[in-house]
Amino acid sequence: MLVKQIMKTDVITLPPNALIAEALTLLNNHHIRHIPIVNNQKEVIGIVSDRDVRDASPSIFDKNENHLELQNEIHTIMSTPVVTIHPLDFVEEIASIFYEEEFACLPVIQEKKLVGIVTEKDMLYTLIQLTGTNVQGSQIEVKVRDKIGVLPEVTSIIGKRKMNISSILVYPFNDDPNYKVIVFRIQTMNPLSIIKDLVEENYEVLWPNTNGEQ
Amino acid sequence: MNCQAVFIYSDQFTKYTFHSDHPFNQVRVRMTKELLEATGKLHSSHLVEPRIATDAEIELVHDKQYIEAVKKASIGLLAEDEGLEFGLGTEDTPIFQDMHRASSLLVGATLTAVDHVLTGNIQHALNLGGGLHHGFRDKASGFCIYNDGAIAIKYIRKKYNLRVLYVDTDAHHGDGVQSVFYDDPNVCTLSIHETGRYLFPGTGNSNERGIKEGYGYSFNVPIDAFTEDESFLHVYEIAFKEVIEYFQPDIIITQNGVDAHSYDPLTHLNTTMNVFEKIPLLAHKLAHQYCKGKWIALGGGGYDIWRVVPRAWGQLWAVMTGSTPFKDQLPKSWLTKWQKVAPIQIPHSWQDPTGIYHPIPRKLEITEKNALNLEKTLQIIKNQRKFGTDY
Repeated sequence: MLVKQIMKTDVITLPPNALIAEALTLLNNHHIRHIPIVNNQKEVIGIVSDRDVRDASPSIFDKNENHLELQNEIHTIMSTPVVTIHPLDFVEEIASIFYEEEFACLPVIQEKKLVGIVTEKDMLYTLIQLTGTNVQGSQIEVKVRDKIGVLPEVTSIIGKRKMNISSILVYPFNDDPNYKVIVFRIQTMNPLSIIKDLVEENYEVLWPNTNGEQ
Repeated sequence: MNCQAVFIYSDQFTKYTFHSDHPFNQVRVRMTKELLEATGKLHSSHLVEPRIATDAEIELVHDKQYIEAVKKASIGLLAEDEGLEFGLGTEDTPIFQDMHRASSLLVGATLTAVDHVLTGNIQHALNLGGGLHHGFRDKASGFCIYNDGAIAIKYIRKKYNLRVLYVDTDAHHGDGVQSVFYDDPNVCTLSIHETGRYLFPGTGNSNERGIKEGYGYSFNVPIDAFTEDESFLHVYEIAFKEVIEYFQPDIIITQNGVDAHSYDPLTHLNTTMNVFEKIPLLAHKLAHQYCKGKWIALGGGGYDIWRVVPRAWGQLWAVMTGSTPFKDQLPKSWLTKWQKVAPIQIPHSWQDPTGIYHPIPRKLEITEKNALNLEKTLQIIKNQRKFGTDY
């Protein structure tokens, strides 16, 4: 999956000479946590987070109503340089940027210009889609030997029942490198027939089980 | 309490049959009716023949296009690809002859129940043929074609303008009904179900609370697989009482699926018959306390039709007519008749003995988790009480 498939293209930005007060209003009104700072050519020259803005704002205990701090220009508090990504980057790769770095937002740049934004939240949303829990279905977990050809064998059993598979995930089985757990989400309310077929073909179905272990 | 109740019933309910191996089997309604007749608690004076719902009534919830597709499927004229788009012709909802008519009768039966409660001197009505809560506006799913419960609620809103509380204790999330009223502040839905982490349909999280004006009028309590009686009832009783006090409805509709029983083959909850006595007892009490008795109960899931469904639904009727739940032995005549066709031993007594399932090692953990989910679901009511926020 590519960044361009998950990025938001409607990006809220500010010019470097905007006031911190404006940034505060934008963050509050749009329920966002990051604002890229762009110049006239739509090039990203910095970024501010809600934390940067809050750090630069007066304390809530401050009774003085002038709040001069908020009249400073935004470039005085923006972070720079900015780590950016490209629309053709792989989603899996940018996930590792989020994991390794301290920030939660990546502007997307094409030909030096801002074209989109991906946040940690977008990333999680994509993962939810990948697990298939956004469509109706039942979950089945099968323990299999880690060898060539297992996956088509198992999916063909499901295919024979004319049931649609909405997602497949493969996990390691505890610490045993000889086995894997395949997790299917299948669009049915009645997975019993598939479970029966799998057991008849000598597969170990880990879920559903009936002994209350989990 | 001596209450007037009607039992909506037609032999034609069994026409809603996908095929002989399909888990959804309406013979269970007939078995329940005969069981009740054998106890002497169900007389011919209670029985009401249902009407068929009109297309206009079905259109209160479903798209015209979808209804047309069901009609075409009824006479074998729906192409396979076309059907799949509407959820028709899948493993869950296969196409069968006359499916439109069979489904319209189940809807009509629920509307018949509504009319009896809202126009007569009747307080309660029961349609065990209904409760098909997975039907969506434009899609069949989870054994359900037309969503009779949702249609009935729309019908009540339109014709009587009452505030409706829908309470769903089927082991599966009542996703179809929730989706129809997700933005409606005059219809409150409460669904208690096995977590969607593994079980169909997968939705029904605590944080599904409705949208727009309907925010704060959808309640969901997902409970863990292997939940037992005590924890189930704790969640049910507190959730129902809190939600009804908050919403102040004019009428209650309950979906009484009985697939939360430990014998049920499709789900993983571990309740016993005890739960299916307590569920209607509280609904009955609250209907009188808040809604001048106005209560309509529907069927729903229930896939162990031999050992669970007739007994559980039998208790529902007993409670509806103001009696205490049945005790001791089931009528011999009924047992003899149905044991002949049952592939499994039918229990002889109304109550389950202890030990019908293996002890659950994670009981404490499950109970704690369910209590936490309940708290999360009801937080919005507590906030409102505390801060007076108007949702």
